[in-house]
Amino acid sequence: MAYLFNTPEDIRSMLETIGVESIEEFFAQIPANLQLDRPLDIPLGLSEPELETHLRELAAASHGTSSRVCLMGGGVYDHFIPAAVDEIASRGEFYTAYTPYQAEASQGSLQAFFEFQSLICQLTGMDVSNASLYEGGTAVSEAVFMAMRVTRRDGRVVVLGSLHPEYQQILETYLGGLGCQLDVIATPDGAADVQIVRDSLDTETSCLVIQQPNVFGALEELESLCQAAHDVGALAIASFDPISLGLLKSPATCGADIAVAEGQSLGIPAQYGGPYLGILACRHKLVRQMPGRLIGQTLDRKGRRCFVLNLQAREQHIRREKATSNICTNQGLLALRATVYLALLGRQGLRDVSELCCRKAHYAAERLGELPGLELMFSRPFFKEFTLRYHGDATELIDRAATAGFDLGPALGRFPRLRESLGDAADQALLVAVTEQRTREEIDRLVDSLATTLTTTNTPQTLGNPA
Amino acid sequence: MDRANLKFTRSHEWLRLDGNTATVGITDFAVEALTDLVYIELPEVGAVLAAGEIFGEVESVKAVSDLYAPISGEVIEINTSLPDDLDALSEDPFGRGWMIKLAIIDTSAADGLLDEAGYQDHCQSAPH
Repeated sequence: MAYLFNTPEDIRSMLETIGVESIEEFFAQIPANLQLDRPLDIPLGLSEPELETHLRELAAASHGTSSRVCLMGGGVYDHFIPAAVDEIASRGEFYTAYTPYQAEASQGSLQAFFEFQSLICQLTGMDVSNASLYEGGTAVSEAVFMAMRVTRRDGRVVVLGSLHPEYQQILETYLGGLGCQLDVIATPDGAADVQIVRDSLDTETSCLVIQQPNVFGALEELESLCQAAHDVGALAIASFDPISLGLLKSPATCGADIAVAEGQSLGIPAQYGGPYLGILACRHKLVRQMPGRLIGQTLDRKGRRCFVLNLQAREQHIRREKATSNICTNQGLLALRATVYLALLGRQGLRDVSELCCRKAHYAAERLGELPGLELMFSRPFFKEFTLRYHGDATELIDRAATAGFDLGPALGRFPRLRESLGDAADQALLVAVTEQRTREEIDRLVDSLATTLTTTNTPQTLGNPA
Repeated sequence: MDRANLKFTRSHEWLRLDGNTATVGITDFAVEALTDLVYIELPEVGAVLAAGEIFGEVESVKAVSDLYAPISGEVIEINTSLPDDLDALSEDPFGRGWMIKLAIIDTSAADGLLDEAGYQDHCQSAPH
């Protein structure tokens, strides 16, 4: 975007037009005590070569997943991205984040989104997917709104305490103005106790939100939980990890009504927290309550295949304040990346990636769990991520690993919403995720370097019992 | 269908009283204005509606329109065959195209609605 500046002549001519002598006179209408009586405290401008040097220095101080060994989890993962994803997504024909307002004029984009929807349906087992939402957290909130509309129960939403705390936070924000009660069921064993969940659901509950695998990396008993929701007439919403579906039963098979996900794992770099990709798919009978863009395939008047926007009558540019959602666009460019990624991998490729993550994560968990002062926090089955308990402050362990070139975490103590589930151990807990990118050699090196530091720096505090 | 027995709203619903039961639908004028209908959503039996409250919606290829209760009452029956037979709305809007039946406490409230002549005037003066 262009930087629009005012020359002294511009300012003079504008003041003249409105009949004011000076800027000071123009601002005199602002009370004096609100006016800044000194120049802004910012450094002087730099010359272009100085600026370039400065930016180069800043860039050199940044570390990406390519220069270090990333075992970080918590919703964003370091999966491999084939070069073809960048090649196709950066083509001039595609390189815009938005669906144009006259959407049908962009048949190529619509076809890509149609294929995205088809792939997401194959992945989740659901009947229909929209053309994407912004990211995983808002996708959860949109699914909850859907459930409230479908069940006509707008008073109560139940989520498991093992749902990503940031997704919980977003949902609190979304529900904040609606007078809807949000109940969180703590999961002290790393995953939900189905009977406790069953007991807390009632016929006022619009939906139960389950994350699979959950924020601790553990697998929930998804089928039983979906059944518990259905038994009280509520919908089951599953927030899934797309990569995990190479191995795990699909959300539809487990009985979920709406499946949502953060799609970052599908060919999108970590890129400092976004933009990412929201995925939302559901059963056919819920399609009219689904937010966002939905691309359909049809025939034009000459009988040729073409793509159109479907169910537009519910979107806000037509239905204004009664629209299904305020989402009237999609995360087009990133949905395209996910489409290319999934198409490149195919069914077997996704299974291979999934299996590699799972095997490597279990190897890492086994090796790390053998170290003094470290253990797996929960005995639940997991997929590619697990919660490690360090007999000290988890951030200290993360710092030690970082010094040796390995990035672990996040420390779970930083999420106040997880404290009820983690109890006194919250500050000792950290996540470790292992993708197909990690090698046995890297995992062994991590274990060796931690072994050295854990044995050479042991203090009574770190040897003692957990707090 | 003898339209003389019907009452009408300015939002193009019709109502027929049989004792304390009111049958409600939308008029031929409304169906024609909406063009091709693709979907209808009706309330659940047991829903209690106030006059003017939204009881459902019809969706055409162009727009989604709300349906308004002409009179206060409790939904005692819905036309369950209608969602799969939207042609009934264009072929027989005052018969097979009925939408809901309401149990009415105050039937005199229907006196405030338009009669056939009043509704025809309304359609001619404010076509929409």
